[in-house]
Amino acid sequence: MSKPLKQIHLAAHFPGVNNTTVWSAPEAGSHIEFSSFAHFARTAERAKFDFLFLAEGLRLREQGGKIYDLDVVGRPDTFTVLTALAAVTQHLGLTGTINSTFNEPYEVARQFASLDHLSDGRAAWNVVTSWDAFTGENFRRGGFLPQDERYSRAKEFLATANELFDSWHGDEIIADQDTGTFLRDAKAGAFVHQGRHFDIEGQFNVPRSPQGRPVIFQAGDSEEGREFAAAGADAIFSRYATLKDGQAFYTDVKGRLARYGRTPDQLLILPAATFVLGDTDAEAEELAREVRRQQVSGATAIKHLEFVWNRDLSAYDPDGPLPDIDPDLGEHTVARGRAQVRMYRDPLATAREWRERAAANNWSIRDLVIETGNRQAFVGSPATVAATIDDFVQADASDGFILVPHITPGGLDAFADTVVPLLQERGVFRTEYEGTTLRDHLGLAHPDSRTSADADVDAADDIGERGERVAS
Amino acid sequence: MSSAPSALPSSAHLHLAVALDGAGWHPSAWREPVARPRELFTAGYWADLVAEAERGLLDFVTFEDGLGLQSSHFIEPDGRTDQVRGRLDAVLVAARVAPLTRHIGLVPTVVATHTEPFHISKAIATLDYVSSGRAGLRVQLTARQNEAAHFGRRTLPRLDAYDSPATQDVVTELFDETADYVEVVRRLWDSWEDDAEIRDVTTGRFVDRDKLHYIDFEGPRFSVKGPSITPRPPQGQPVVSALAHQTVPYRLVARATDIGYVTPHDTDHARAIVAEIRAEQALAGRADQPLHVFGDLVVFLDDDPAAAAARRDRLDALAGEPFTSDARVFTGTPAQLADLLQELWSAGLSGFRLRPAVLGHDLPAITQGLVPELQRRGAFRRAYEADTLRGLLGLTRPPNRYATGAAAANANAAANATA
Repeated sequence: MSKPLKQIHLAAHFPGVNNTTVWSAPEAGSHIEFSSFAHFARTAERAKFDFLFLAEGLRLREQGGKIYDLDVVGRPDTFTVLTALAAVTQHLGLTGTINSTFNEPYEVARQFASLDHLSDGRAAWNVVTSWDAFTGENFRRGGFLPQDERYSRAKEFLATANELFDSWHGDEIIADQDTGTFLRDAKAGAFVHQGRHFDIEGQFNVPRSPQGRPVIFQAGDSEEGREFAAAGADAIFSRYATLKDGQAFYTDVKGRLARYGRTPDQLLILPAATFVLGDTDAEAEELAREVRRQQVSGATAIKHLEFVWNRDLSAYDPDGPLPDIDPDLGEHTVARGRAQVRMYRDPLATAREWRERAAANNWSIRDLVIETGNRQAFVGSPATVAATIDDFVQADASDGFILVPHITPGGLDAFADTVVPLLQERGVFRTEYEGTTLRDHLGLAHPDSRTSADADVDAADDIGERGERVAS
Repeated sequence: MSSAPSALPSSAHLHLAVALDGAGWHPSAWREPVARPRELFTAGYWADLVAEAERGLLDFVTFEDGLGLQSSHFIEPDGRTDQVRGRLDAVLVAARVAPLTRHIGLVPTVVATHTEPFHISKAIATLDYVSSGRAGLRVQLTARQNEAAHFGRRTLPRLDAYDSPATQDVVTELFDETADYVEVVRRLWDSWEDDAEIRDVTTGRFVDRDKLHYIDFEGPRFSVKGPSITPRPPQGQPVVSALAHQTVPYRLVARATDIGYVTPHDTDHARAIVAEIRAEQALAGRADQPLHVFGDLVVFLDDDPAAAAARRDRLDALAGEPFTSDARVFTGTPAQLADLLQELWSAGLSGFRLRPAVLGHDLPAITQGLVPELQRRGAFRRAYEADTLRGLLGLTRPPNRYATGAAAANANAAANATA
């Protein structure tokens, strides 16, 4: 009859330094101790998830010139935790955000190739960019990178890393104890890269890893970000968890692939999604309201308003009306180290809209922030949530989800125990891992080192030029 | 300033570590039947080695690393194909084996010259978390031009000989930079006070930000603002170590580390090295702080000394040249090695980092031959007496340099009182 059911991809994001994480709940555990990560990873693997995802931060957030203290602060090193998790899991993909601005390709390629070896082919890299001098103050490189250079550097960074991954073909190590030949070729790993951001040469010293290259994720949503993903990523973390927005994004991004000689199944769209489960839909709704109140305290609401107003609003009552003064339109100085600030490109319009909505609904500042903040994507009984997820994926609004529980580390347990079996009954989610590598789980081909490097460089050059036209 | 020479934690036992590198330290080690040369890039290979070292109750293992292919030439690639080439990132190898072990210290090599101290600080802090307090690092620098070309951010002059004045200038500057690097790493570990995370539900504050500190490091090569993104690790300060052969590196050991690995050729040499390091330590104002000096030795061990010598000869024949090393090469029985270690120990060394010539053979010879021999002599532990690396080494958990609270004041007062 109709087309076959799409298989859903599921992943788990270990929640971190934002107000999604409800750290004050009695069942909230450590977000630093390894036991928390091990529990979370084992739950995800028990549920046959594709991968676990860790975000990254390279400077503690500040607001009003002081370290922000209302959300979880602090996190471990991404590579180190992911590699340790490889010891307590067997199948789960291990995905980490690593910044392309405050790292060098040789070192990052070594780390990902090492993670891929040490996990038997389960490594993935979420390539993100940064440009700000604030984060740069922690690094030798400093804050020199102009904002419009960040994707240019990211593209060349990824292309360079791919050249390093491909510098070993996989058949160089003979290790013949009788003849005494360890390496087939003295030039194994040889590379030369000359570009605008990197001018490096030599020999890469990690042999080809099980997946050849880590799986590549991309997380930005700008025009440049979408093009970057279409050219070279295997998956996108999107933020569109509503059906209509999801379908529009899905169509747009998948439509860009042909330009790079790629097919729609070569780039997976995976929105981040929070969820609240209850025995009944009504119970879940009630619980969801409670969680939102915990996520947005009065103090948190005021701080969130400051992202838009760019002013100290600490004198305002979170249970009172919105400020009648206008946002400060100068350079944003209140909140530093925050991606959210960039979401409000027209603060005057946002302030006007928020005031109108608050007045019309009789909302306080806190009510407003709760209502306009990220709502839980899936709220309901396990049956409702399973059906909603399935419908979303079958309607081509995504290829699956990256689930973000609000409790560390046990927030995934109920989903694994109640929703996953229902998805399996529907025939849309695996009951056993069929392959061993993350590429196997995601249905991605293993790259061929002997043909892929040149194609990547061409693609990077192409979007590099496009990027410059956009910027100029 | 006190002139008391001993900054050693007193111990009835000597300390033992093993240096893990490829198939072993002899370049032909991979050709021995016990070697597993096709598994050098698998987790299982490293897990098995560390498990064996832990069965032998060793204090810690180190993992060698480098930012280029291994080379038999001291400053440039050699283009050889008859020796092990290629290796995995040492910090990640240590992280991979951490959850599989419980007591043994894990000390990866970190190259300071082309990496970021901010990244390394959080990586080693995290290794300390995933191992519950067993992390260390061995800091190393590189003057190799080919490795600089892998990064393209700086050029280093071509060095012709170890001892030329030009080489000394370059190396001295790299060591100064490395000392700054260690200082940044250590300040970042202290940039969170131990009790900074408060989870104060009534005020909604997750941390007490007065207990988070900017480190504001400014140096000629780099500056770092801080604080770390990773809370202070379980040991407070993971154990920092470095290999040193001469005065300039001895100075780094004396100023910046908890363990120096040195390469004495005999007892008098060991005594002289220790004296030099202690003098540098006093000059740096650290005379009262514990600093271990470990002797490095390459070892070929067999129950019959002739068998050990024959194995060395066989491997040398395969390599086409006699094996030489910066460290003394010992060939003999575990009992003979125990004699030598006790003698060197009496010269002021506090322990040894043994480099097995063939890991598959000489590591079990250490754990199953040398260790029982030392135990019979009362010179080595019979059980792990601590769960952290600092604990095994007799090092206390250091107070936080930035700490402001009452607990910190007490800890600092106690530290001063014992000084």
